[in-house]
Amino acid sequence: MAECHPVGFQWVMEAKDRGATVIHIDPRFTRTSAMADLYVPLRAGSDIAFLGGIINYILSGEKYFREYVVSYTNAATIISEDFQDADQLDGFFSGFDPKTGTYDTTSWAYEGMETAAAAGSRAVAGRQPPAQAGGGGDELGGRGAALPHSEVRRDESLEDPFCVFQILKRHYARYTPEMVERICGVPPDQFAKVCEAVTANSGRERTTSWVYSVGWTQHSVGVQYIRGAAIIQLLLGNMGRPGGGILALRGHASIQGSTDIPTLFDLLPGYLPMPKAGVHGSLDDYLTSIKSDRQKGFWTAADTYVVSLLKAWWGDAATPENDFGFGWLPRINADHSNYQTIVDMLDGKVEGYFLLGQNPAVGSANGKMQRLAMSRLQWLVVRDLNLIESATFWKDGPEIATGEMRTEDIATEVFFLPAAAHTEKDGTFTQTQRLLQWHHKAVEPSGDCRSELHFFYHLGRMLRERLETSALDRDLPLRQLVWEYPLLQGDEPDAEAVLREINGCHLSGEKAGQLLNSFVEMKADGSTAGGCWIYTGVYSDGVNQSARRKPGSEQSWVAPEWGWAWPMNRRILYNRASADPAGRPWSERKAYVWWDEAAGKWTGHDVPDFQATKAPTFRPEPGIGGPDGLAGDDPFIMQSDGKGWLYAPSGLLDGPLPVHYEPIESPLRNAMHTQQSNPTREMFPRTENLSSPSPPDLGAEVFPYVVTTYRLTEHHTAGGMSRWSPYLAELQPEFFCEVSPELAAERGLEHLGWATIVTARTAIEARVLVTDRLTPLTVGGRVIHQIGLPYHWGVGGGGAIVSGDSANDLMGVSLDPNVHIQESKAAACDIQPGRRPTGAALPRFVEAYRQRAGLSVDTGTTRITPPGDGT
Amino acid sequence: MSRWTRTADPAADAGWKNAPPRKGFFTDSSICIGCKACEVACKEWNGIPEDGLEMLGMSYDNTGSLGASTWRHVAFIEQPRRAVAASGLTPLPVVAARPGENRSFDGAETGIRWLMSSDVCKHCTNAACLDVCPTGSLMRTEFGTVVVQDDICNGCGYCIPACPFGVIDRRQGPPGTRNVGIAQKCTLCYDRLGDGMTPACAQACPTQSIQYGDLDELRVRAQHRVDALHAAGVADAQLYGADPNDGIGGAGAFFLLLDEPEVYGLPPDPVVTTRDLPAMWRTAAIAGATLLAGAAVAFVRARS
Amino acid sequence: MSIRTRVRRWPVLRQLTSGDPLGRGTAVRSAQTEHMMPRTRTADRVIKSICPYCAVGCGQRVYVKGDRVVQIEGDPDSPISRGRLCPKGAASEQLVNSPGRVTTVKYRRPYGTDWEDLPLDRAMEMIADRVLASRERTWEDADEHGRGLHRTLGIASLGGATLDNEENYLIKKLFTAIGVVQVENQARI
Repeated sequence: MAECHPVGFQWVMEAKDRGATVIHIDPRFTRTSAMADLYVPLRAGSDIAFLGGIINYILSGEKYFREYVVSYTNAATIISEDFQDADQLDGFFSGFDPKTGTYDTTSWAYEGMETAAAAGSRAVAGRQPPAQAGGGGDELGGRGAALPHSEVRRDESLEDPFCVFQILKRHYARYTPEMVERICGVPPDQFAKVCEAVTANSGRERTTSWVYSVGWTQHSVGVQYIRGAAIIQLLLGNMGRPGGGILALRGHASIQGSTDIPTLFDLLPGYLPMPKAGVHGSLDDYLTSIKSDRQKGFWTAADTYVVSLLKAWWGDAATPENDFGFGWLPRINADHSNYQTIVDMLDGKVEGYFLLGQNPAVGSANGKMQRLAMSRLQWLVVRDLNLIESATFWKDGPEIATGEMRTEDIATEVFFLPAAAHTEKDGTFTQTQRLLQWHHKAVEPSGDCRSELHFFYHLGRMLRERLETSALDRDLPLRQLVWEYPLLQGDEPDAEAVLREINGCHLSGEKAGQLLNSFVEMKADGSTAGGCWIYTGVYSDGVNQSARRKPGSEQSWVAPEWGWAWPMNRRILYNRASADPAGRPWSERKAYVWWDEAAGKWTGHDVPDFQATKAPTFRPEPGIGGPDGLAGDDPFIMQSDGKGWLYAPSGLLDGPLPVHYEPIESPLRNAMHTQQSNPTREMFPRTENLSSPSPPDLGAEVFPYVVTTYRLTEHHTAGGMSRWSPYLAELQPEFFCEVSPELAAERGLEHLGWATIVTARTAIEARVLVTDRLTPLTVGGRVIHQIGLPYHWGVGGGGAIVSGDSANDLMGVSLDPNVHIQESKAAACDIQPGRRPTGAALPRFVEAYRQRAGLSVDTGTTRITPPGDGT
Repeated sequence: MSRWTRTADPAADAGWKNAPPRKGFFTDSSICIGCKACEVACKEWNGIPEDGLEMLGMSYDNTGSLGASTWRHVAFIEQPRRAVAASGLTPLPVVAARPGENRSFDGAETGIRWLMSSDVCKHCTNAACLDVCPTGSLMRTEFGTVVVQDDICNGCGYCIPACPFGVIDRRQGPPGTRNVGIAQKCTLCYDRLGDGMTPACAQACPTQSIQYGDLDELRVRAQHRVDALHAAGVADAQLYGADPNDGIGGAGAFFLLLDEPEVYGLPPDPVVTTRDLPAMWRTAAIAGATLLAGAAVAFVRARS
Repeated sequence: MSIRTRVRRWPVLRQLTSGDPLGRGTAVRSAQTEHMMPRTRTADRVIKSICPYCAVGCGQRVYVKGDRVVQIEGDPDSPISRGRLCPKGAASEQLVNSPGRVTTVKYRRPYGTDWEDLPLDRAMEMIADRVLASRERTWEDADEHGRGLHRTLGIASLGGATLDNEENYLIKKLFTAIGVVQVENQARI
């Protein structure tokens, strides 16, 4: 956090000054470690074992927050007797289909709900995302999956052998401190300190928070890493409370915003799933699938969100008779995420590609595959501040140097359009705590620089002009599209008008034309419009709330009048849980939101994330769904049973509970199960994307070391906003690798010399930084060396101040099945002293490694690991 | 006592009447996270050119040292696990605990401490650079700080060896670089101070490792901080440059360090290099007075 | 300049009469020093902004003189950042004013070996033509079972995490309306 979010880290330093304990768990010792009370190095890719060990410590040592767990989580809920756990099936849960590599999740369901889950659990086609009730994986951005109803059987004594609590206990019983040491390389005494600190600092009086970034997400089991932390936080009562939570530190100014209003293939604004071919034919089909009227919580109003979105997009053309234009939405039927697109691009299926402030030639895994793919496009549009590598690959890419590509042979037509900077346009960023903050335009962009708002508005205008008289059905959605925005200086669309459309308004009735104040005002009858329901309220009272800048010093510590947080300006989600079931703060020290009996409403420091006047004692009539179905002690109001899910009965594709799997490229055999890696991982076996072998397969010794990537304070991601800046470039001018003195001795690496790092994909060179901040770990009786690589550099032929090889060129593409994120935080490599070969010698050098390791396209693609240890 | 050696109020000493309280920096390295925001904010505000794209291998420090184009420099010191454990040093920079609170994590087994500290011109009470400057380019401001006036400096370079810390230097750079050949160093953002603003580095510093303010107040604050660290068991925490009785009469920019000054590349006992000048000047005074009369005549004549 | 003025400006006299006999302060103040003014003071206006790098969302104050950004500082009013910036945030003036920033359209024709210039309007028209042509060639009305798709997989887009919400909204809206589903960004990577 000190490395990549230094200004956010001021609050950690302040907490520390007030007595907080800071623990840093990371393969390498960073600036964060330097400030931590305890630094715990662990093997990259082993975190679920570590988190599972903590869960086991909490459960076996009776350290959980019982009242919170019983009242606010699904610990008491009874699971189907058909469910079989990974420890019973040697690394698999019940329902695995070896032919498709997917799970039928029927048996994971809550007791009595097995049928409903089964209906949606089959894959649409091959290894495609299943059309689960309510969708799966990434489509569930803000909630658990839908349930057919919320009448669950609970045993609040937590004794029933099929209740979640007992399943959890059995599931994690094998995650002992000894197992943690064997998998993670963390000694038991050090591990005990973490367990003691985390549990001692949780409960009524204290809270613990977990902070993560892509070190947790970029794994073939990344989603389950976060789930592991979620289980800990729910068991310890740390959700919905100040100083608690699981905090995703996001790396870009509006990466949160770009998931809320998604530039993502499987989502519509507000975490509504994209409709699927053959499943969501009509609006009714769609709504039935994403929610049930008998489940609890606010997802039952999804019809109002969807219809308001369709009205925002298609206006008067969206009518009840035509399903509000629902049929005009394009359908997905497979993984259309970026890596699948790249593979399709390699095969010539993609003609045109827009890059909008992103540099995949450096920033995406397997850079060579990215560049080869782009060389097979017909046309490419790059919009950026600088001439990044993705714009110049045809001229100066590493493959030009090796002869694997020739400029004269590349047919790709490239348009580079300079972008406007943040000072040259109005708009909102949504930062890492869901806060929308408006930035005002300071100056006009110079030359041809334009905002994306300008580019896309005018592109849309041109396309509409071209198709004005088209009679084709396919052109109707564009021709009917609401695409009228006031133009300001330089024909720049008015960003406030766009934000007002996102906020939504009344279309008819006495309030026609007025902006919506809250998403609860949305209607499913077409009388309201709103482009993203979770952002409704950003323009409440007709005021751009995101532009509020009341100084922090003039308001409470929650600072509710600075910017605007979705939903409804709530700064901590699920904050009903900051009070006990009776509505009293768990402790005075941690008071945040509570029930005011006299006033008959919830009150506190934040906007209560609960129905304002629903008493804690309220109990709904059985069978009532929606917000009215929430009991007064159901704090998780977006969950279909109102509870925090220790166990996910549906929605995840690789298991209801996190289980330790080895990274796809690992030096070690899985100590937990026969099954080596996540059997449901998404793979792209092809010559451009080879994997190296892991035990029990032979040949792993050719790539004996673990390599991981990360960022430095001085640079920004793929370097497009830092390598072109002299002041930043001079602070970290060269690409380097970090190695321990022990590894340096083992391989003859010299400090400040050069090293060549090789994986199954390619070889790159880096300057050597020998440092005690990297430490060899003893894992499973073996010494494991880890190599650290910051990934900011590239060829930089388009005017970058500094250049170097790209760390991401080393990484392969295999994905977490839930969210299609690649495993690029743990891979297998070799390292040798000296510079890498150049020209045609480089591919030959890599080929020799492949042959020694016996690599083929099939290496590392075995879904079901045969028994044996490979030795 | 001679004006050359000891002064308590350097601004008044330089002719400033009703000067504001002396300003300075307290750089608390125990909370420095090594982000280098100070380096960039300084360069950006002061228009200092980039000065080198070389990797130095000094941990994460690729800046190297202070100089004409580096007015803030963050040092990174990696102290290996074995050495730290054997020396009895505090293994990690810990922030003060409340009295009686047990900071049980000794961190010894994790084994490395990574010290970071942002160095800067010390703005000495007795500033040798100022003493030796023949042109009047170096000036003591009303805030008690020392600045180079680049419209006066002729690049003679006398100030360079005079500085006991090696802070000041003549700028080098390709043609077109601003102020090439001119002596340059931190001004404590003299222009910003004049407008009631905080110097750029201190304004940017995410953790308030760099604190700007009235020097008297900063010294009190620093002493409290060191006491708190000692109470928390960080025995090696020490102030550097805070003592008005040291060889430079105390620094206007002083530091809290977690190890000996040498570890950070700082001289352990800096002395104003012009300490012996008063005696020399007494000898020269008579000759000087004689010359003065002649010079006055010459100046008026030459200008008219 | 009168003799009297000249004499008054004579450094030695200034040293002897200004209370600064050793010529260290008031006596040696140069004209530039006397008229020094921070550019935050001489700016025409101050615009409130947000740092464009990571997702902490630090407040920025953008100082503008004429049509040019002259300084970017942390905004002390922000309860998130309290006026502080990291090195990247502190370098954002250089980001927007970078002399290396390309401000004109660059075009590389198929099999071309170097960039060519192209007017922005022309580039936009050419892109619009290509979008329609690729969409036409790769359009899918339905899958092999006759289930409606209404889309093209021939066009894809990557990016959004560095952009404004309003921009992402128009991107998603337009692409969805023309049947482009492969709309992705860094959040996945």
